[in-house]
Formats: sequence, structure tokens, C-alpha cells
Amino acid sequence: MSSVKVKKKLNKLKEQLADIVGTENVDDTTSGRLVYSYDATPNYQSLPDLVVAPGNAEETAAVLKLCSETETPVYSRGSGSNLCADTCPVKGGVVLLVKRMNKILELDKENLAVTVQPGVITKTICDTVEKEGLFYPPDPSSMKISTIGGNISENSGGLRGLKYGVTRDYVMALQIALPNGELIRTGGKLTKDVAGYDLTRLFIGSEGTLGVITEATLKLIPKPEAQKTILALYQDIEAAGRSVSKIIANKMIPATLEFLDQDTLRAVEDFAHIGLPTDVKAILLIVQDGPQEIVDRDIKKIAEICRSEQAVDVQLAASEEEAEKLATARRSALSALARLKPTTILEDATVPRSEIATMVRAISEIAEKYNVRISTFGHAGDGNLHPTCLTDSRNEDEMQRVEAAFSEIFEKAIELGGTLTGEHGIGMTKAPYLEWKLGEAGLQVMRGIKQAIDPKNIMNPGKVFADESKERMVAAK
Amino acid sequence: MMTTSVKKKIQKEFKEKMDYDELLNCMRCGFCLPSCPTYIETGQQEKYSPRGRIALMKGITDGVIEPDDDIAHSLDLCLGCRACEPVCPSGVKYGRLLEDARSIIQTNKKQSVPVKLLRKGIFEELFPHQNRMEKATNLLGFYQRSGLSKAVRKIGFMELFPSSMATMEKVLPEVPKRKEIKQRPRFFEHEGEKKATAALFAGCLMDTMFFSTNNATIKLLQKAGCDVVIPENQLCCGALHGHSGELEKAKQMAKQNIEAFEKEEADYIITNAGGCGAFLIEYDHILKDEPEWADRAKHFVSRLKDISAILVDLDFQNKYRLHLPEQTVTYQDSCHLRNVMQTFEEPRTLLKSIEGVHYEEMEGANTCCGSAGIYNIVEPDMAMQILDHKMEKVEKTHAKTIVTANPGCLLEMKLGIERANKSGQVRAVHIADLLLEALD
Ligand SMILES: Cc1cc2nc3c(=O)[nH]c(=O)nc-3n(C[C@H](O)[C@H](O)[C@H](O)COP(=O)(O)OP(=O)(O)OC[C@H]3O[C@@H](n4cnc5c(N)ncnc54)[C@H](O)[C@@H]3O)c2cc1C
Ligand code: SF4
Ligand code: SF4
Repeated sequence: MSSVKVKKKLNKLKEQLADIVGTENVDDTTSGRLVYSYDATPNYQSLPDLVVAPGNAEETAAVLKLCSETETPVYSRGSGSNLCADTCPVKGGVVLLVKRMNKILELDKENLAVTVQPGVITKTICDTVEKEGLFYPPDPSSMKISTIGGNISENSGGLRGLKYGVTRDYVMALQIALPNGELIRTGGKLTKDVAGYDLTRLFIGSEGTLGVITEATLKLIPKPEAQKTILALYQDIEAAGRSVSKIIANKMIPATLEFLDQDTLRAVEDFAHIGLPTDVKAILLIVQDGPQEIVDRDIKKIAEICRSEQAVDVQLAASEEEAEKLATARRSALSALARLKPTTILEDATVPRSEIATMVRAISEIAEKYNVRISTFGHAGDGNLHPTCLTDSRNEDEMQRVEAAFSEIFEKAIELGGTLTGEHGIGMTKAPYLEWKLGEAGLQVMRGIKQAIDPKNIMNPGKVFADESKERMVAAK
Repeated sequence: MMTTSVKKKIQKEFKEKMDYDELLNCMRCGFCLPSCPTYIETGQQEKYSPRGRIALMKGITDGVIEPDDDIAHSLDLCLGCRACEPVCPSGVKYGRLLEDARSIIQTNKKQSVPVKLLRKGIFEELFPHQNRMEKATNLLGFYQRSGLSKAVRKIGFMELFPSSMATMEKVLPEVPKRKEIKQRPRFFEHEGEKKATAALFAGCLMDTMFFSTNNATIKLLQKAGCDVVIPENQLCCGALHGHSGELEKAKQMAKQNIEAFEKEEADYIITNAGGCGAFLIEYDHILKDEPEWADRAKHFVSRLKDISAILVDLDFQNKYRLHLPEQTVTYQDSCHLRNVMQTFEEPRTLLKSIEGVHYEEMEGANTCCGSAGIYNIVEPDMAMQILDHKMEKVEKTHAKTIVTANPGCLLEMKLGIERANKSGQVRAVHIADLLLEALD
């Protein structure tokens, strides 16, 4: 199309969108478009043509219908904190903001459920229900900014994933606007429900490629009575890894079991100034919650295990405040690492937890082999590590080595029975590797589903499905 | 409207002058969003958030977009409160990026005539000249004392200005006579045991319009055991200039101040205005590329402290019995004192140690009140929106006394009281004045 024609088409689209959501909720200024051209993933940027912010489910459905008719790509966006370029508008089109749908609709104490709009911030949900003695466990490190719609669409995990599971385990029902302009409801406030395919689960983790979540009902549990936090300090990274496997082998499931290496510790301490030990090679941050006696018993046993695995010290957080400070500091790990080098590329290869020590070792070997700097932290307890490469995207030679190193890390994770991504999603960054995990036949099933729901491929195009898969390397032995 | 040639020039200068490593240092996590007042007040518009503003600066530098008025407005609307800095795990020095970007746009952009006159008046003719500040204040004093102010208010002359300025006129403090300023001694002796020598950074506004607060500060320092000197030839700190894109002028002022304070080898340089302190503390940064000044600037910065911080250091609150009639008191942080000078516990410690004071922490005390230098003149709508929301929070504390630590904040809170129709019921005071009141 000539540029005049394109302009005309866009102007028309803008008017039509304004008819649905109001002029003040459509933006086509350069500044308005630029600030939604990226997310938290380094090196991905592309400007949308328009930005639109519907105010409710009906408006959202109408926007989708219009975009289907005009074959305009749509990228749903919460807070844009995802780490796989999932909200980057690579094919132009419309960024759809859910920020105006940000209310908690109902807290149902009888059914232990909370119903929210998609733009509610995760931490707001946690804080609101905790005031009522209830508990919403999924707590991604980004919880103070991430939206529940984003959490559901990425099936986000968090620090409490080991014991309590991930976002998926707490979604009871959804309302979804489909590309054809229909609104559907899936699930219900039910613990049992086998009527039809489990559409709720289908949309969880679908990365905005199937529809827009316009409402969600989340399961709550009673708030644990007590909680204790300890830090175990190590001079040997693998010993920390072994402690993790051993704690679990001893039939204890802590609420949180996080691993931080020395680089990460130093960066976090630099930011938070809370007196983290920076002279050790690694620490484990361990939290147990539940009835007081069980917490006391578990923490005592866990401390013993850590010591028997050469922890040089085990420290108990003196107060709830101190424990909270530690958790908050841990949540800043990724952004804090970003202070060390211009570009921070993080992955979230995940292995069965029995293989944590092996994986930690493999990561250091791979980093050495390709001469790249990799710091590691992560949710060790559930096998979900975040090897993070500290680099500079302007250095092309190094960037190639970084990519090779990550390919090998993926390869290793799969070899150990693991996966490419535990919680951050496929998006664009891992799309070329998806076939490694699913195989061609598995991918084919996914393509069929996508085709059935979004035949014109307007929902988040360019994500999850790669134009070309990556050649699998011969695993380097 | 920006012309094509202006756009080109701005873009070129962004490429040459912006600190690209610092732009890259933002990893776009968004952790700063909930702390940004303009992001929240605009209904979460990313272009008015720190992450968005940094992306806009980077976009221009990378050549992904061209500068335009809309982008300039996104930067203009920034309060410069720097609440986004202490919450950024990556340690992005947003304030510096903002200063550089504003400076480039300012030097190249055509401004409307009134804004230009205002800027020229403020930045070139008034603030860099302490004697003119004194004269201006003198005029203001004459205006107040002569009854002219009442007359003018009646005629409604001030109605011609943005409403915030009209109300502002009502809340300006009673200013001292110029003679009084001129006759103040330059040295004050410690009381009790001598602990240190403090050189007072008197500040342009503080030493004119808020002269009595400076006197209170001196008195408190003496009581705390300090010899106090007021070095001659010192000037305005240059903050208003630096934050508004007039960086070169700010540098000249920095140099004159460094020289003035070198003459007095005091242990501390004390300020009682958070806004000034936060700019003084950056002297080493703004002069880092000038070899003959870099070390002198560092030495200057190393001695800098806010009045609350030194009082707590010298244990003032335990040395004297501080007491006031029973009242609820709350504290509004000065953004710059908090986010840049990292002084926020000390004022609270001092207030809580006063007998009779029931201290009530205000929700969102750490977020900007909307004053932000000349922001309430240039962006009156946003400033008033922020202020009115602030006053709702004040109301919840039931405080009768709002304490601040910066002249801009003090005026702003007075303005807020006026707008909320609370004058006579609620008062706003500088912490130094309240402490002195509690001492007598
Ligand atoms: C510092 C940092 C720490 C992080 N820590 C964790 C962590 O511990 N665990 C973890 O799992 N993740 C983590 N993340 C990743 C990220 O925060 C999560 O993926 C989060 O769920 C994204 O939420 P969001 O609101 O920012 O979504 P966005 O980034 O805006 O969107 C994410 C995806 O969801 C889609 N989407 C958003 N809203 C809707 C909707 N209403 N309907 C349909 N699709 C929608 C988008 O199209 C996109 O595909 C972290 C990120 C950062 C920057
Ligand atoms: S400024 Fe800091 S907190 Fe804000 S997005 Fe950038 S890195 Fe994150
Ligand atoms: S300085 Fe204040 S207003 Fe400006 S971006 Fe930072 S937090 Fe927002």
C-alpha cells in the first residue's frame, strides 16, 4: 500500500476505535507510541501504530472485532514487565492497554475467591486479601508492578512457588474477549468441574495470543499462622545446590527456597543496603510458613541440613520486618544486576530439583567455555534458575558468544529432563527453540488451536510461533 | 511547534551529549512506576513515567523517533522530584538524564514570549544576584507593609495570573526589611561545649523571604554547640537553573559558592532547604569535567549536611527539653532532601522528641507536593491536582501543624491550606522554626 493509503486506513481505524472507547483513550502521538514499543526484554523494540485503552469487557470485545475485520494486529499489555518480548508490537498495529480495567470486583469469603479485572496489580490483590486473613500465594518478583492479566497470560511463578504452586493453580474462572468479538466465561467458583475441555487452563500461559482476559476469579487460601526466614551462607556453590535437593529429599517443602550467587548478592546489597553477606560465594534464602510448631521444627531441621552440607553460617531473621526486607531485596535481584553492565539478558531454564547442583555446575562451565559473565539466582527449590548474562549489546562478538552459551544452557536443561522456560514465557526470545521441547507434532497441535480461535492471526502475532526453528546443536560433551 | 531544523539540532545534541551508558542502565523493569506522581495523576500514562521518559530520551538518541512538542511536554511535566531514583534497583541516575535532556531542549527550543520573559527574569536577572534578591524582597516587603497588597487583592489584579499564583500571593511570608538582612553579623558563637564549626549556606530565598528561618537555624546550631559562620559572597545554589536546563549558569554559580566556602574552613556546610542541598551535593558531578574544580567540588560536597541531620548527630534532641502545647503534627518530606540527600529519619526523630507533639505519619508523605521549583508556575494544572490530593492526605492525619524542610514545600503547603479553606485552623512551618518554638 502507498503511504497515503496506509495513513488513510489508520486515520479511519483511529476514528472507529475512538467511537468505541472515546477519543481520550486512543493515542497516535509519537511519544504515546514509543513508550509502548518495548517491555523489560533487552534489544526488542518496535512502534505500534495506535494505542487504545478500553474501559470494560464489552469495549474490549468491540475493539477486537474491529481489529479482526481490519486485520489489525493487537498486543494486550499489562505493565510490560515480561521478559520474553511478549508485548513488543513487532508487526505494527494496536497496543491494547488494560489499565482502565483495574478494580477488585468481589471478595467472596464464603467461597474463598476474589474476582478482579485484568489490570489490578498483583501486590494489591495480595495486600487486600491478607487484610481479611486470606492468602493469594503467587508472588512474582515483579508483583509490585505486574498485572494479574499479565501473570495469568505468562502463568507466572514466584518466590512461593515451591510449596504453593504458580498462577495456574489459583485461577478458577475467566472472562475472555475473543478475536471474533464474542465474550466467553470459563470455569467457576468450583473445586470440581469437568464440563467440557478445560478452557481456563488453555488461556493460562497463552501469552496474549488467543484473546484478552477481561475478568478473573482467583482461589484464595487461609493465611498461614506463622512464618520464619533463614539465610544459609556458602563458600561452595554446588554445596548450596546439594542442600536444596537434600532438604526436599528429607520430605520438607519450604514456602521459599531461593538461591543467590555472589555477583547477585553484591548488586542487591549495593541497592538495598540491608547488610547482606557479600563475602560468600552463594546464599540460600529459606522461608517456612504454617502452624508455629511445624515452622519451628522445619527451620531447625533445615538449618541442620545446611550446616551438614558445609554452610559456613546459618542466620535467622530477627523480625518479620527483617524477613520482609530480605524478600524485597531478593525481588530486586534482576534489576539490581542490571547496574553492573549495560545489558542484562536473563533466562529461566528449569530442571527437576534433584538436578539443581548439576545445572549450577553446568552453567559455570558453559560461562567459562564461551568467556561470558553469567550470574545466577533463582527459585532453586522448584528447579527454576535464572542464569543472567551481564553483557553489552553493542559488542557484537560477545553477543554471539552469549547466544551460543544460552543455546547450550537450553540444551543442557532439556537433557536433564527440564524445560526452556519455567515462568517467563516463550514470546519472541525463545520461540525459535520451542520445537526442541515440544517436537514438530506438539507444535502442530498448538498451531491448530491458534488457527481455530484466532484465524486471522491478529492476537500478538510473531510470538510463541517462530518463523523458523533453531537448528539443534549436538550437545557439547 | 518545533521546526525541522530545531528538531535536527536537538537530535544531534542528544547523540553527542546524552550519557548513553546511563540510558542503557535502565532495564525497563518498571519498578519505578508506582513511585512517580505524574504517572499516577495522569491515569497511568507511560509517557509521564520515569521508564517512559527515559525511553523517549533514548528513542531520540537512537534516532528511532524525532523530538517534538509532545515529548518536550512529557519532560516538562516531570516534577524532578526524583522519587524514581531510590526505588530503582539498577541505580539509574534519572535526575542527571533529565537535566541533560532539558538543557538540550531548552537551548534549542523557541519559547512563548511570557515564558521567555519569566525565565529571563528569574534565571538571569534575579537569582544569580543576591543583592537583587534582597531588593526584590524589599519591594515585596514594601508592598505588604504599605497596605498596597490588600488594595491589590481587592482590585483582583492577581486574578490575571494562573489561579495558583494568585493564591500564592496570599501566602508569601512577611518579609524582613533589607536593613535587617544587611545588618546581620557573619559570625555566631557556640553555646555550651563546642562541638564543631558550621558554615551556613544561607540560600537565596531562605536568606530573603525566609530570613527568620535562617535565624532560627543559626540559633539551633549555636545551641547544639556550633560556631556558625555565614561566608560572604555566596549565591543561590543554582538548582532552579540546573533543573530547568540552564546548566552553564548553574556551573558558574557553583564555582562562586565553592570559592566562598573555601575561605571558611568549617567542619560542616549546613543547609536548611532540601532543594538547595540536593543541588549542592551534585556540584562534584556538574563540575566533573573541569580539572581545576573537580577536587574542590568534592571537598565541598563532603562537608554538606542538612540542619536536621546535624542536630541529630549532635544529639540536640536529648540535650534540651523540647515542648509545645498539645497538638497533632505531621511531616511532608522535601523530595530532594529525601531522595537525593537521603535525610528522612532525622526530621521525624526530632519531631517525635518534642513533648506535647502527637506525631502522625501522613500517607504518601514521601511523594511530591507539587511545588518542585517553578513547576507550579509553569505547569499550574498538574501542580494543583497534585496539591489537592496531598491536602486530602493531610486532612486524614487531623494534623494542625504541617512541618516541612524546604521553602518551596513550605509555600506549597501554605497554598494548599489556603485552597482547602483551612487557614487559621492548620498551619505550615519549617522544622527549624518549630524546633526553636519548642525550645523557648
Ligand atoms: C525485575 C523482574 C522480575 C520478574 N520476576 C518474575 C518472577 O519472579 N516470576 C515470573 O514468573 N515472572 C517474573 N517477571 C516477568 C513478568 O513480570 C511477569 O511475566 C508478569 O506476569 C508480567 O505482567 P505484566 O502485567 O507486566 O504483563 P505484560 O508484560 O504487559 O504482558 C505479558 C503477556 O501477557 C499478555 N497480557 C497482558 N495482559 C493481558 C490480558 N488482560 N489478556 C490477555 N493477555 C494479556 C501480553 O500480551 C503479554 O503476552 C519479572 C520481570 C521483571 C522485570
Ligand atoms: S528507571 Fe530503574 S526502576 Fe525504572 S524502569 Fe528503569 S531500571 Fe527499572
Ligand atoms: S522525577 Fe518525579 S515526576 Fe519525574 S519521573 Fe521521577 S518520579 Fe516521576
